[in-house]
Amino acid sequence: MIRLEKRPQPSRAFSLATPLLAVLATMVFGGLMFAVLGKDPVTSIITIFWQPLFGEFAFYYRPQLLIKGAPLVLIAIGLSLGFKAGIWNIGAEGQYIMGALFGAGVGLAFYPMESFIVFPMMVLAGAFGGWLWAMIPALLKVKFGTNEILVSLMLVYVAEQFLASMSLGLMKNPEGFGFPGSRNLQQYNSAFNADLIEGSGMHWGVVAALIAVIFAYVLLTKHRLGFAIRVTGEAPRAARFSGVNPTRLVLFCLGASGLLAGLAGLFEVAGPAGQVTIDFNVGYGFTAIIVAFLGRLHPIGILLAGGLMALTYIGGDIAQSQLGLPAAAIQVFQGMLLFFLLAFDLLTNYRLRPGRTEVA
Amino acid sequence: MNEKPLLELSGLTKAYPGVVANDDVSLRIAPGEVHALLGENGAGKSTLVKMIYGLVKPDAGRMQMHGTGFAPAEPRAARAAGVGMVFQHFSLFDALTVAENIALGMEDAPKLRTLSQRIREVSDTYGLPLSPDRVVGDLSAGERQRVEIIRCLLQEPKLLIMDEPTSVLTPQEVEILFKTLRKLSAEGTAILYISHKLEEIRALCDSATILRLGKVVGHCTPSETSARDMAEMMVGTVLKTPTRAGKTPGDVVLSLTGLSAKSPSAFGMPLREISVEVRAGEVLGIGGVAGNGQDELLAALSGETLSAPGMIAFRGRDVSVLGPTPRRAMGILTAPEERLGHAAAPDMSLTENAMLTGAARENLDRGGLLDWSAARSFAERIISTFDVRTPGPGNAARSLSGGNLQKFVIGREVLQRPDLLVVNQPTWGVDASAAAAIRQALLDLAENGAAIIAISQDLDELMEISDRFAALNEGRLSPPRPAQGLTVDEIGMMMGGAHGMEVAHV
Repeated sequence: MIRLEKRPQPSRAFSLATPLLAVLATMVFGGLMFAVLGKDPVTSIITIFWQPLFGEFAFYYRPQLLIKGAPLVLIAIGLSLGFKAGIWNIGAEGQYIMGALFGAGVGLAFYPMESFIVFPMMVLAGAFGGWLWAMIPALLKVKFGTNEILVSLMLVYVAEQFLASMSLGLMKNPEGFGFPGSRNLQQYNSAFNADLIEGSGMHWGVVAALIAVIFAYVLLTKHRLGFAIRVTGEAPRAARFSGVNPTRLVLFCLGASGLLAGLAGLFEVAGPAGQVTIDFNVGYGFTAIIVAFLGRLHPIGILLAGGLMALTYIGGDIAQSQLGLPAAAIQVFQGMLLFFLLAFDLLTNYRLRPGRTEVA
Repeated sequence: MNEKPLLELSGLTKAYPGVVANDDVSLRIAPGEVHALLGENGAGKSTLVKMIYGLVKPDAGRMQMHGTGFAPAEPRAARAAGVGMVFQHFSLFDALTVAENIALGMEDAPKLRTLSQRIREVSDTYGLPLSPDRVVGDLSAGERQRVEIIRCLLQEPKLLIMDEPTSVLTPQEVEILFKTLRKLSAEGTAILYISHKLEEIRALCDSATILRLGKVVGHCTPSETSARDMAEMMVGTVLKTPTRAGKTPGDVVLSLTGLSAKSPSAFGMPLREISVEVRAGEVLGIGGVAGNGQDELLAALSGETLSAPGMIAFRGRDVSVLGPTPRRAMGILTAPEERLGHAAAPDMSLTENAMLTGAARENLDRGGLLDWSAARSFAERIISTFDVRTPGPGNAARSLSGGNLQKFVIGREVLQRPDLLVVNQPTWGVDASAAAAIRQALLDLAENGAAIIAISQDLDELMEISDRFAALNEGRLSPPRPAQGLTVDEIGMMMGGAHGMEVAHV
């Protein structure tokens, strides 16, 4: 029999190795699943992990990686700050939608005026929208002690209704022949979040994501606030004792994650998506939760995890179209990744020991 | 000990990674014998009793009960064989009644009414009055201990293990507990008694086994051995008694005026109208049974809970509404009782834990940016000054033994040159030589003009270091009296007497 024994202190080696082990285990068990579905496991895994990067059509897929990865990283960085402190913002999807609506709203309000000021204004509005939406669970939590998990999650559905209402009403394209959805911001130069280098997929959202990674890294390792976040997550009483104000921390963590999610929404609506439509949101806000944990709540880890997750998305799409794998199988595959990550995570704090038999 | 032993241990060995907790330990306990297990923290007392109670399996060695092999695989088997254990920390549910709590711990609990009846019988017989219908959250620590003891007695044990049972009791309550234990012993129940309070062991125990670093280093008959000799056997060196020069107290550093505060926790104790002054160079000892407002008083002084304006003045300045950080900057430093999770973050390194309270006064926080190399050298300074046994400041707080972490936590505050230092249970679970070092550090601080408030449940400690003594009872602080010349009875009365306990009808 095998027993678990708590380590005297967390293993650094395992903390680093866990994500790799999880990816390997996902490949093995995902491959088994594909085999059961009647697909060649090796081909499937290669299609998912290799094709997007180095395959025949990689020139098309590589920019897609950035486009998919950037919002994931941007949102996950914000979420990780709260998660580290034990503050659970589950509603990034809603904040993402509100950021897009606020940002697009500002852009559409200026239409058709061309000015360099329009896009920065939209960025500010997007950040504000996401921040505002996150402040609702934050204020309810600090004033009335409500559970931020529930409130932020429920607000996702409220935001979705807003999105539907906006794309059918206020923001509907007056020249859109009655179809739902706003004007296409890609056709409005001052508002378009275009690729910085044509065809590279490198838009302002990617830049923002990289800045967020660096900012979060410095915050967590060098700054008092980052230390307060970490202590609060590790030992809330010790944090209070050291002088951390829990109210302010809740406001900061939820506010920052909302702000970054709002930015992600803005960059998406002004760039790759182009318009406000009913089905604008595709679940980045929820997937970012997986990205945050896959990256071990560490900024660099999140950067890598965001890339990996984008890879499975795009690879999954290719596998669907080329091999005919069902979409659900791809989702199970992504779910496995989180499952194995959490399972192997145990080894950071525990070690396996062969159980001893009775001593005579 | 020529009697046939009840329990005989021979050659018990248990190793953990990196440390041998018990090395070839042998021990005999006769029926009805009160046997003391003495040793510093980390000497292996807990591991030894855990093996007897079936919580830990020995690597080598044999245990015999009544002359037959005894190897409990789990506590249930140990209980079935007649071993009962009262832990230092109670495992009781505050929201349930006494009877419900006891029923939860039994394998096949009888109906609650029958059980209540049996609880009453046992409590009458052994002088442990306890109403089965009371809610545990309303009980004092002494009463909670009675719940644990009665839970054991209901199983009619042959051997009762008691781990530091008196740390939560008033002197009167201790007397009552001893009567109960003597009665049990007279009826043939053997008692294995773990304590570091040597005078108690001298008063109660028939024989003693002394452990040091996992090995048996001696046996003695406590009534014939001096406390000092026993302590030196435990430590293995000659002990220094803390010394101090006589002095006159200086200006008022802290003055509390009608300090009242609600407890942050549901079953905590509110502070009620506490008024007291502490002067520079003075040690105010605050005694009292645990749960009478000690944690709340420390939180009110550290700034974790804020008070109404005018209640707390530091050097004449009202600090009632200031949080921990500004108070620290002014020179009010505190060390809470709970080391892991309150005074220190368990999974963080010692460097990070040095940062936890040292940021402001040690200049580790420069405009929000943290200076980790300075924090590291601060941690190293604590480690070397206070002889903290650890491979280095990069190690997690939880990897330290209780005593070593306590040295670190106290040292961290002492080295920050406080003007007022408030400590709660400064030597709890610390070995004798380290405890002496901590007390000496507190006295040295006072010598250099700091005001010290030492909250403790160890009366010997308080008498040793305090200039004045006051007691917390039900959240009220008795008027302080000069510590010199106070008798144990007077202290007991200040602490609120025996909380309605009766002496066993022997």
